[in-house]
Amino acid sequence: MGKTPDNGRDDAKWRPIGAPAAMRDLKDWFIREVLPLEAALMQFLRQNWRDKADIADLRQDVYVRVYEAAKKQIPDTAKPFVLTTARNLLIDRVRRERVVPIETVGDLEVLGAASNDVSADRALIAHDALAKLQAALDKLPAPCREAILLRKVDGLSRRDIAERMGISERTVNRHIAEGMRALADMLYSEAAELRRKS
Amino acid sequence: MTDITATMIEEQAADWLERMDRGEWGETDQSALDEWLGENPAHMVALWRLDGAWTFADRLAALRTPRLHDTLLARGRRVLPLLTKSVAALVLIGIVGTAAMFLVPKPAEKTFATAVGGRKTLELRDGSRIEMNTGTVLRLANDGAQRKVWLDKGEAFFDIKHDAAHPFVVITAGHRITDLGTKFVVREGADSLEVTLVEGRARFESADATIKPQLAFLSPGDVVVATATSMDVTRKSPKDLSSDLGWRRGVLIFRHTTLADAVAEFNRYNTTRLVIGDEQTANLQINGTFKDDDAASFAGTARAVFGLRVEKHGDEIVLSQ
Repeated sequence: MGKTPDNGRDDAKWRPIGAPAAMRDLKDWFIREVLPLEAALMQFLRQNWRDKADIADLRQDVYVRVYEAAKKQIPDTAKPFVLTTARNLLIDRVRRERVVPIETVGDLEVLGAASNDVSADRALIAHDALAKLQAALDKLPAPCREAILLRKVDGLSRRDIAERMGISERTVNRHIAEGMRALADMLYSEAAELRRKS
Repeated sequence: MTDITATMIEEQAADWLERMDRGEWGETDQSALDEWLGENPAHMVALWRLDGAWTFADRLAALRTPRLHDTLLARGRRVLPLLTKSVAALVLIGIVGTAAMFLVPKPAEKTFATAVGGRKTLELRDGSRIEMNTGTVLRLANDGAQRKVWLDKGEAFFDIKHDAAHPFVVITAGHRITDLGTKFVVREGADSLEVTLVEGRARFESADATIKPQLAFLSPGDVVVATATSMDVTRKSPKDLSSDLGWRRGVLIFRHTTLADAVAEFNRYNTTRLVIGDEQTANLQINGTFKDDDAASFAGTARAVFGLRVEKHGDEIVLSQ
């Protein structure tokens, strides 16, 4: 594929460390199988952990555990694996911190019920994907949205975006980075919520 | 748990992803990224998560109500203030379409056509090229810029020199493709339109307000299939893409293609028609590369491989069990 001067994106250009092919498989699996479960994972964490301020860190720790385990062997079905990892993490945290009685953790009924429907979460993301993306975009702060549209849709360079919006190039970077985070939250964590609204 | 929170890591990951996306990426950037990724597995998963969402947005992006549509609505309100928005838009499209066909003086556009089995390449003043496939009719804006094409029928491959000040626009069946530095193929079928992006970037807009999404931003391998009432974006592998472009070399390339589809493809290029006699034959799958004007040798291969009966009736070659 030829390169256009300022559109930037070329996935072949950056490679994570490690064996490239295996790493790419792992990344594909993670994005395709694990991330669509995020709404279910967040629900599980919120239901089973009192301090809401910990949730983002807990989610990260679940993902790291899933990643480390999958590096050795990618599990056949992602959902039971992710939710079991989450439950084990909560149990470990409780044991270590001795702050809450262990009974508050791990509603096994919820876990059992959730484990059966493996494809539903991915379907949730895939279904009406364009409408969902639009809804997510609509919720972004206006400058953030504009910067993302100019980058994604119009393919403008950072300098052109800055000029068009009358802001500095650094601010463009900030808007886009913020938008990336917000989009990830809205597409993965809040997929269920977005669907209810549409 | 570490002292560094997940939120802080996510912020760093977003900064990295933004830098990669910006397109000014060198060896030093790569090694700095590798180092950061090596520090903590949480960095890797944070980056993957953001990249997943960002790429998702890239591929499927129906990112906003197109400006084209806004303009039509604005005009509609002025001209036909009593009608509802959507009706006004539809009426205006109708008028525009009719005017283009009958009222506008012809010198504004120049018409080019290929016969069945024909091919033709147009070299434009700015170095852009349009390769027309069999049975194709298109009109080119006859102004100095030559940056607007109406594809009325058939299929064409566009290799366009990008000029941000003068975007190249292809209009077909109420849809509009705007290049952002691009090679792409537009094929108008009986009831659907297919746009395949081969290289670069392009924007696909639907002028019909009832079609959601109205706008898609395409990256290489993306295929838009639009009918009168719907639009969908799928992807093709590089292999399938190059097969689809075989016609530029005068060949048809089939990979696990049903005989029904292969025959339909041949019939676009030839006046001698291939006909399939029964359903069983229609569902057979074939691989291979054939000259697009040689239906007889295709029929011969099908006979040899599948043991089919091949009968010639006038201008028709019938394949059956």
